Amino acid sequence: MAVRRLAPQDIQPSAFAFNAENAKWVEGQIAKFPEGRQASAVIPLLWRAQEQHDGWLPEAAIRVVAETLDMPYIRVLEVATFYTMFNLSPVGKFFVQLCGTTPCMLRGAEDLKDVCREVIGEQNSVTSDGMLSWLEVECLGACVNAPMVQINKDYYEDLTAERFKEILADLRSGKDVAPGPQIDRHLSAPLGGPTTLIDFATADIKQVEVKEKVSVAPSAEVKPVAKPKAKVAETLSLDDADRPEGLEKARDGEADNLQLISGIGPKIEGILHSLGIFHFDQIAKWSEKEVDWVDGYLRFKGRIGRDNWIEQSKILSEGGETEFSARKTKKK
Amino acid sequence: MRKIVVDDIEVEVPDDYSVLQACEEAGAEIPRFCFHERLSVAGNCRMCLVEAKGAPKPIASCAYGVKDLRPGPNGEPPVIETRSDVVKKAREGVMEFLLINHPLDCPICDQGGECDLQDQAMYYGVDSSRYVENKRAVEDKYIGPLVKTIMTRCIHCTRCVRFTTEVAGVSELGATGRGEDMEITTYLEHAMTSEMQGNVIDLCPVGALTSRPYAYQARPWELTKTETIDVMDALGSNIRVDARGREVLRIMPRLNEEVNEEWISDKSRFHWDGLKAQRLDRAFIRKEGKLVPTSWNEAFEAIATKVNATDKSKIAGVSGNLLSLEDQFAFKAFMSNLGSNVIEGRNGVNIDPSLGRGSYLFNSTIAGIEDADALLLIGVNPREDATVLNARIRKRWRQGEFPIAVIGDDVDLTYDFEHIGIGTDSLNDLFAGKHSFAKTLENAKRPMIILGEGAAQAGDINEIIAAISNFAASLQGDDGWNAYNFLHRSASSVGALELGLVFDGGIDAINNAKYDFVFNYAADDSGYEKSEGSFEVYIGSHGDKGAHSADVILPAAAYTEKSGLYINTEGRVQRGLRASFPPGEAKEDWSIFRALSAIVGSPLSFDSFDQLRNALYQEYADLNQIDALLPVVESTESGDKVTKISGKGIFGSGLDSYFLSNPICRASAIMADCASLKQTTQIAAE
Amino acid sequence: MLADEDRIFKNLYGYQDAGLKGAQARGAWDGTAGFIKNGRDWIVEQVKASALRGRGGAGFPTGLKWSFMPKEEGPLPHYLVVNADESEPGTCKDREIMRNDPHLLIEGCLYAAFAMAAHTGYIYIRGEYIREREALQRAIDEAYDAGLLGKNAAGSGWDFDLYLSHGAGAYICGEETALLESLEGKKGQPRLKPPFPAACGLYGCPTTINNVETVAVVPDILRRGADWFANIGTPNNSGTKLFCISGHVNKPCNVEEALGIPFRELIDTHCGGIRGGWDNLLAVIPGGSSVPCLPAEQCADLPMDFDTLRNLKSGLGTAGVIVMDKSTDIIRAITRISYFYKHESCGQCTPCREGTGWMWRVLTRMSEGRAQKREIDMLLEVTTQIEGHTICALGDAAAWPVQGLIRHFRPEIEKRIDQYAANPHSDPVIVAAE
Repeated sequence: MAVRRLAPQDIQPSAFAFNAENAKWVEGQIAKFPEGRQASAVIPLLWRAQEQHDGWLPEAAIRVVAETLDMPYIRVLEVATFYTMFNLSPVGKFFVQLCGTTPCMLRGAEDLKDVCREVIGEQNSVTSDGMLSWLEVECLGACVNAPMVQINKDYYEDLTAERFKEILADLRSGKDVAPGPQIDRHLSAPLGGPTTLIDFATADIKQVEVKEKVSVAPSAEVKPVAKPKAKVAETLSLDDADRPEGLEKARDGEADNLQLISGIGPKIEGILHSLGIFHFDQIAKWSEKEVDWVDGYLRFKGRIGRDNWIEQSKILSEGGETEFSARKTKKK
Repeated sequence: MRKIVVDDIEVEVPDDYSVLQACEEAGAEIPRFCFHERLSVAGNCRMCLVEAKGAPKPIASCAYGVKDLRPGPNGEPPVIETRSDVVKKAREGVMEFLLINHPLDCPICDQGGECDLQDQAMYYGVDSSRYVENKRAVEDKYIGPLVKTIMTRCIHCTRCVRFTTEVAGVSELGATGRGEDMEITTYLEHAMTSEMQGNVIDLCPVGALTSRPYAYQARPWELTKTETIDVMDALGSNIRVDARGREVLRIMPRLNEEVNEEWISDKSRFHWDGLKAQRLDRAFIRKEGKLVPTSWNEAFEAIATKVNATDKSKIAGVSGNLLSLEDQFAFKAFMSNLGSNVIEGRNGVNIDPSLGRGSYLFNSTIAGIEDADALLLIGVNPREDATVLNARIRKRWRQGEFPIAVIGDDVDLTYDFEHIGIGTDSLNDLFAGKHSFAKTLENAKRPMIILGEGAAQAGDINEIIAAISNFAASLQGDDGWNAYNFLHRSASSVGALELGLVFDGGIDAINNAKYDFVFNYAADDSGYEKSEGSFEVYIGSHGDKGAHSADVILPAAAYTEKSGLYINTEGRVQRGLRASFPPGEAKEDWSIFRALSAIVGSPLSFDSFDQLRNALYQEYADLNQIDALLPVVESTESGDKVTKISGKGIFGSGLDSYFLSNPICRASAIMADCASLKQTTQIAAE
Repeated sequence: MLADEDRIFKNLYGYQDAGLKGAQARGAWDGTAGFIKNGRDWIVEQVKASALRGRGGAGFPTGLKWSFMPKEEGPLPHYLVVNADESEPGTCKDREIMRNDPHLLIEGCLYAAFAMAAHTGYIYIRGEYIREREALQRAIDEAYDAGLLGKNAAGSGWDFDLYLSHGAGAYICGEETALLESLEGKKGQPRLKPPFPAACGLYGCPTTINNVETVAVVPDILRRGADWFANIGTPNNSGTKLFCISGHVNKPCNVEEALGIPFRELIDTHCGGIRGGWDNLLAVIPGGSSVPCLPAEQCADLPMDFDTLRNLKSGLGTAGVIVMDKSTDIIRAITRISYFYKHESCGQCTPCREGTGWMWRVLTRMSEGRAQKREIDMLLEVTTQIEGHTICALGDAAAWPVQGLIRHFRPEIEKRIDQYAANPHSDPVIVAAE
């Protein structure tokens, strides 16, 4: 961001005052905060002042807000220059904030910038009819609807250069444009309709069946309403045939440091110990089925394979070093 | 107390210590830019990073409390490393970041030679730069006539912002914008209004804020540095006068926790150009109504002739507000040697010293303000009367639970107070317990009442003093706590009271009595008015009011040009040293009196400054204790306790013109700028 | 795929009424008074048992965080602050909660506030979300009108006031202590820690700051039981999570899925696959712009959870998944992220203030090839000079994407430099004078 300065003196109004409606609103804002903490309302007040003053914040308003909140002028100036939504010089009737951050950039924000340059001109300059000005801003938080712009209060999403041009032209000529996604999608649902929550993809509200109405009685045990449907491994039986054979205790009373295997931390090591697994060579000898069992027992979804425990164990059991174990021992 | 190991050295430090303090306790040096003992902790420069064993990343030692450090797994004391590779790398990294956008203009920078950034870059930086992009340039800001800005040099430590907000109590400086475009400025580049803004020059660790009057004047290593005492107010701030040859080029504060901490007011800092303007550098004599230069001999002869022709009872002496004890002692000795006992040096406030020392000293002591728990200000504007003392009151106020009330002018003192009233009526009501603040004072353990010179306008100062000190004594406070304080404005006032430069009725009595012959010893601000037909000899350093009306002028030394003892308002005797020499034919004051005494009467007993000081010590043994407070003896005099002020009056407060309150200031162009600026801002505010 | 029944945000896409009626029909505000009567400890225990980790990026266990608050209100009031300053590039999940299912958030606020003995809550929403602010304010007003907030909120016996405040364009206010500063009316500059907000937060009072999503899932955890939540996902990474998939997928969208869902499943099921097919994938930023990118080969069956991604030196962050296909100029993409951090650095502490600009400038040259190869290592060193040396995590967040770029795409940068150097008409590369 560039250095932010107040607009030149010759375009600054000499005075500013909140209109009657806003003055009342200001009181409500101050009342949100504990007594003596009225400074908390500084951002909302500056924002309201900017809204009242055609979208930019004059110096006089900074003083008025400071006096209203009993703050030193410089403190309010600090706030006004720190937060980039405060426009310190005039903007167009339709002020376009164009998100240029990477997610939007990936989906064509740069084309939109070209449109702005073509239709409006350089950043921060207002068109001669006073209708438009634009500014590249940082992520506006609508990344799944990229690329997008904010025009005054509204987000216009899923834009193409052509559509954006039309929007600018329409706004300029006084036509309303519906905000939101400009393609066939509903808010942040995927294009062409949601893949989930299909039952809820309608304005009709179906009463959700709450199977067990939560008891209001102060029972400390609230039962789960529904069994989880996520892919969670069934609790595997310890007597399963596929369970790898374990030892009762470590040979010679000294277990290998299983944490030298990438993917095993202290917690997993403890579980393995409880399964009677204490040595690298034990793991190295696991069959495919045994791997699956342990994987399931640990609810790993294939991590043992991905992390290649068997290979690692083989090397380690033969007294070798893996990249991971070398690093780990070196650290210590 | 907590044990902590710093670089293998185990130290035990209090719980509230920061890691930085603990490291210093262990003898480790920690570099820093933003941290300052007297300001809130910002932790933003990241230069003080140290390694805490067990912590995932280096910690900012200035902001990290030792109590937050984790002990070792078996309860071992926490371990801090200040010389490890991690720390070295962190410091080099921060140093590099600070330098990439810092200009390479050290050769033309006034901070050169006393720059924290330079010094630390030498110790903690690397020798070359890897930064090839364009450096940032920042527009300079106007923030007043005293502080010059070269903002490209700013490293954003925010010491200046914190100082003005916290210590000076004017929220005028701020950092606008954000990120690398953050800039220090005042609101719309208005001049700062603080009377102690000059301290930001000392605080700024780089050359971003420098002294505007001192700009391009000298390099620090060219200057002779002399430790002395400030005379701009009665505080006796400890200062260092930097001179090149005979010329004083700047004044800086010295550290004295008891008096000025490490601040001085702008008046103390920037009056130095007044030391070379309007100077009396030779003797003058009035011939045919005009003052013309003359020789010492001719001047002395003219004085001798006139003295001999004058009845000794018609000779008076008045002395001024910037004088040392030796000056006053020599003057008094000279006058009595001459046969006159009419001598007045109290600068217009006719306190009767027979009421006892306790009646005119700041008994709670300046540092004692920090222990006080309630404060009443009467007829005093501490912000102007003793700017740095006011900062101490503000410091105490910021700590909370410190109710303050004011009787006198309702002005901005940089802290909140209850304004009780403006006159003696309000004070009498308070005495009678009719105001709730009386209760506050009664309930306080260490109440303070500060009476100022503004009380002299409300009526009989001695009656007011008696009433207030009675009231103060009646308060139930801690044992040994004295709630009564008098705050003088002039550096010489306590000295005059101690040495008895006191004439019944004060300066008004002298004016009314129309003496035939008056020795005006730099008493420009005493209120002395020359009467028609009287003969006036002016002894002083500046061509000010007194010199204009004089018949003979004897050029003397300014305070930087002579050694001397000063007693501040709390009764602390401090020693000032000579930093340079009087200009032209001007002489040190005591030698003028010594020489003149040989011509107009019999020679004084001292032939050297040392002899003079010994004579002073012999007569006033108390004064021998340098930097100690004068002992206050409880008055044994029993009389009617004054409980009420009889007359009706309004307390004045503040000076007529703060920045122009003595001859040196009035000769200073910088002070004139400040005064006119103050006037404009006051008008603008109204 | 997570069953719809297990999805918490049933109106994520906003087809239905976001108001109180609609929310109640979807199950919100059911059993509120009862949960509160179970007591403070019970709620904290439930949240602990659910193993819910903060959804704002750092993934700190929520129950633990709540338990840092003083048990009972002392002389200072307690505050709940909800961080709705959603600004992390790639993230747009809280927006949907606030405009489409605000009552889950408000209900969650009541439980969270009660659990930490707070009578006052503030929701701090980013300034740009103006319509969302309006929607949320409507919902709060509705809740007040229905007696769900205010005195004896929802008949629970607990008084709770909830206020909405907002920012005005500063990413840094998403950092919890910067948010507090901003809420106090100052510049959003992070505070030094310790002290942590649980001891000294808003106005110096004990405060807990939670992300919108974190708070909004609490009602369902209480209603359906901690076990239900804990059993979704993988160990230590339990529950459902809103994923925001943006960039080069066929159908970018928000979707609620179980933590630990493999990357490919996430993309293929909900986003219509990678643009141009799976093999066209170049890299993924899995958790918002702050985390290092991962190259395609690491992504296939990558479980999207906190721990797996951390082990790959990346992170789940906010689960804002930014997908880049092979048409992407990865150096420019990361340069743009670098610009973002330079733009959003608050300027308070040295390494971030000076370092973000430096990184961006070097990267800008590198994206054109106008650099020396040795500057790649220098750049990497600059990132390590920032990382871990700043007051808040923005310095780290600025350093990581650059580190990710160099870690995985160094040959790309070198190639660019070679191409530039091979062009006989190119300007000479500047070298620092020493």
